[in-house]
Amino acid sequence: MSIPTTNKQAVEIGKANKRKYMLEKLSSRIFLICALLSVITLLLIIGFVFYKGAHPFVAGGYSFIDFIFGTDWVPSEDKFGIFPMIVASIFATIGALIIGVPIGLFTAIFLAEIASKRLAKIISPAIQLLAGIPSVLYGVFGLAIIIPFLQNTFGLVKGQSLLAVILVLAIMMLPTIVTVAETAIRAVPQTYREGSYALGVSQIGTIFKVIVPAAKSGIMTAIVLGLGRAIGETMAVILVAGNSLIVPTSLTDSVRPLTTNIALEMGYAFGTHQEMLFATGIVLFSFILILNFVLAKISAKGGN
Amino acid sequence: MFSLKKIKIVLLMLFILTILSACTSNNKDTQGSDGSDATVSISGSTSVGPLAEKLAHKYTEEDNTNIEINQIGSSAGITNATSGVSEIGMSSRDLKEEEKANGLNEVVIAYDGIVVVTHPTNKVKDLTMEQVKQIFTGEVTNWNELGGDDMEIVVVSREDGSGSRDAFQEIVDYSSGELIRNSIIASGNGNIKTTVANNKHAVGFISFEYIDESISTIDINGVEATADNVLQEKYSLSRPFLFVYKEGQLTEAGQRFIDFILSEDGQLIAAETGAIPVK
Repeated sequence: MSIPTTNKQAVEIGKANKRKYMLEKLSSRIFLICALLSVITLLLIIGFVFYKGAHPFVAGGYSFIDFIFGTDWVPSEDKFGIFPMIVASIFATIGALIIGVPIGLFTAIFLAEIASKRLAKIISPAIQLLAGIPSVLYGVFGLAIIIPFLQNTFGLVKGQSLLAVILVLAIMMLPTIVTVAETAIRAVPQTYREGSYALGVSQIGTIFKVIVPAAKSGIMTAIVLGLGRAIGETMAVILVAGNSLIVPTSLTDSVRPLTTNIALEMGYAFGTHQEMLFATGIVLFSFILILNFVLAKISAKGGN
Repeated sequence: MFSLKKIKIVLLMLFILTILSACTSNNKDTQGSDGSDATVSISGSTSVGPLAEKLAHKYTEEDNTNIEINQIGSSAGITNATSGVSEIGMSSRDLKEEEKANGLNEVVIAYDGIVVVTHPTNKVKDLTMEQVKQIFTGEVTNWNELGGDDMEIVVVSREDGSGSRDAFQEIVDYSSGELIRNSIIASGNGNIKTTVANNKHAVGFISFEYIDESISTIDINGVEATADNVLQEKYSLSRPFLFVYKEGQLTEAGQRFIDFILSEDGQLIAAETGAIPVK
C-alpha cells in the first residue's frame, strides 16, 4: 500500500518541480525580453534617424559639409545649413554651464556639508520637485517672467534671446547637478574632514581643498549630465529662444538651437525638408554620444 | 491529450474563419450599390484641415459616409489629389499654373483673411502692401519710417512650411530667403499673437479668427481687415480655402460632401470656425 503512495507522491513532486522549472525558465525569458526591448528600441531609433537623415547626402546629392557649415536655412528654397543652430546650441549650453554649475555645486556643498539636517530636509525635496516639473512649464515661466524681465531691465527690443535660453537652461540643469554632486560629496569619507580639521583648516578651506577635490569625478559626472540635459532640452527653449536663423554674436540675439529646429518644423515638413530635420537629429545625437563618451571616461577615472 | 489539442486547433480555425467571413461581409456592405458607407479620403492644408474636420463631423452625423482627413500641408495635398492617393486635396493657396495643368478642378469652400498685427500702443494703423514687404524683408527697420514712434521693428513670422506663412509670403510677394534674418519665429497663430501682444516693437501676421483686443490690426492700402472686404475683393491679404480634385475622380459621396459644404448649413459651420463664408 505504502509503495504506490510514495510513487504517486514522487510523480506529484516531479510534476510540481517540472512546473517550477518551466516557470523559472519562462520568467527569465520574460526578463530577457524586457531587457532587450530597450536595446532594440535604441537600435531602432538610431537606425531610423540615421537612415532618414543620411538619405539626402547619400542619394540626394547634398553635401554634408555644406549642411554643417552652411549659414542659410531656407527649406522652401532648398537651402539647408545648420551652422547657426550648432553655434546656438553650443553657446546656450556653455552659458547655462557658467551660471548653473557654480550655483548647483554650491547648493550641493551647502546641503551636504553646511546645512542643518532640518534645513536640508526642506531644500532637498524642493530641488527634487524642480526636476519633476515638465519642461514646457519652464518655457511658459520663461515666456511670462524672464522675457518681460529682460525686455524691461535691459531695454531690449525683444526678450527672446540667447540670454533667456541660458537662464532657463541653467535653472533646468540645477536639479541634476545638485543631486549628483551632493551624492558625490556625501560619499567622501568622514576621515578626510577630520584629518583636515585636525590640521587646523577652516570648514570652507576643508570643503574647497579637501572635499571637492576628493569628489571631483562625481562632480564632473554631475556637470556632464547637466550638460546633456541642457543640450537636449526642446520644449522650454522653443518658447524663449525666438528661433531666428542667425549666428548669434551677442547675448541679446534671438537664436535657434538644434532641438527647436526639429520640433518647430517637423510638423509641416515633408520630403527632403523632413530628412534634413532628421539629419539635424544626427548632429544632435553626435553631441550626446560625445558627452556620453566623456562621461564614461570620467567614471572610469573615478573608478581607478 | 492529442485530441484536446486538435479540438483547440479546430476551434481556433473556426474562430478565424468567423472573423474573416465577418470582414468579407463588411466589405460587401461598403461596396453597396446605394453608396452608403463609402469612404472619402481628403488630405492637405493644415489651415483648411480644422474646418474640414468640423464639416466632416457634422456631415457624417446624418450620412453614412466615412471621411478621412489628413492634414499634411497644401502642397502635399495637391500632389495627393493629382496622383489619386486622396480623392480630394485641401489647399490654402491658389493653385500654381503647373498644378492646374494636371487637370485639377478647384472649389472655393471658404476664404481666410490674414491680418497684420501690432502691439495696441503702436501708432501705425495703416500700411501699403509695399511697406509690409519692406518690413518683413528688413528694408524698413524702424517704426518712425512708417509714421510711428522712433523704435526698432521686431518682425514675428511663422515657421517655414506653414501654410499661413506660405500664403502671406505669396500675397505680399517675398520669399523665405528674403525674410529678415533676426525675425522671431513662432509656431502657430496663438504664439504669434502672444508674442506681439507682449512686445511693443513687434509686428506679425495671424488669421482673422485670432483677432482680439490684445493686439491692434493694420489696414492694408486703407482697407480694413473685415470679412466683407475680403468677399468684395477689396482687402488683398486674403486667400481661398480650396478643395481640389482630379477631373472625373470625384465619387458620388465626395460630390455630396462638397455640396453639403457649399450649402447654407455648411457655410454656417465655416463662419463659426472663423473662416469667411463664400456666400
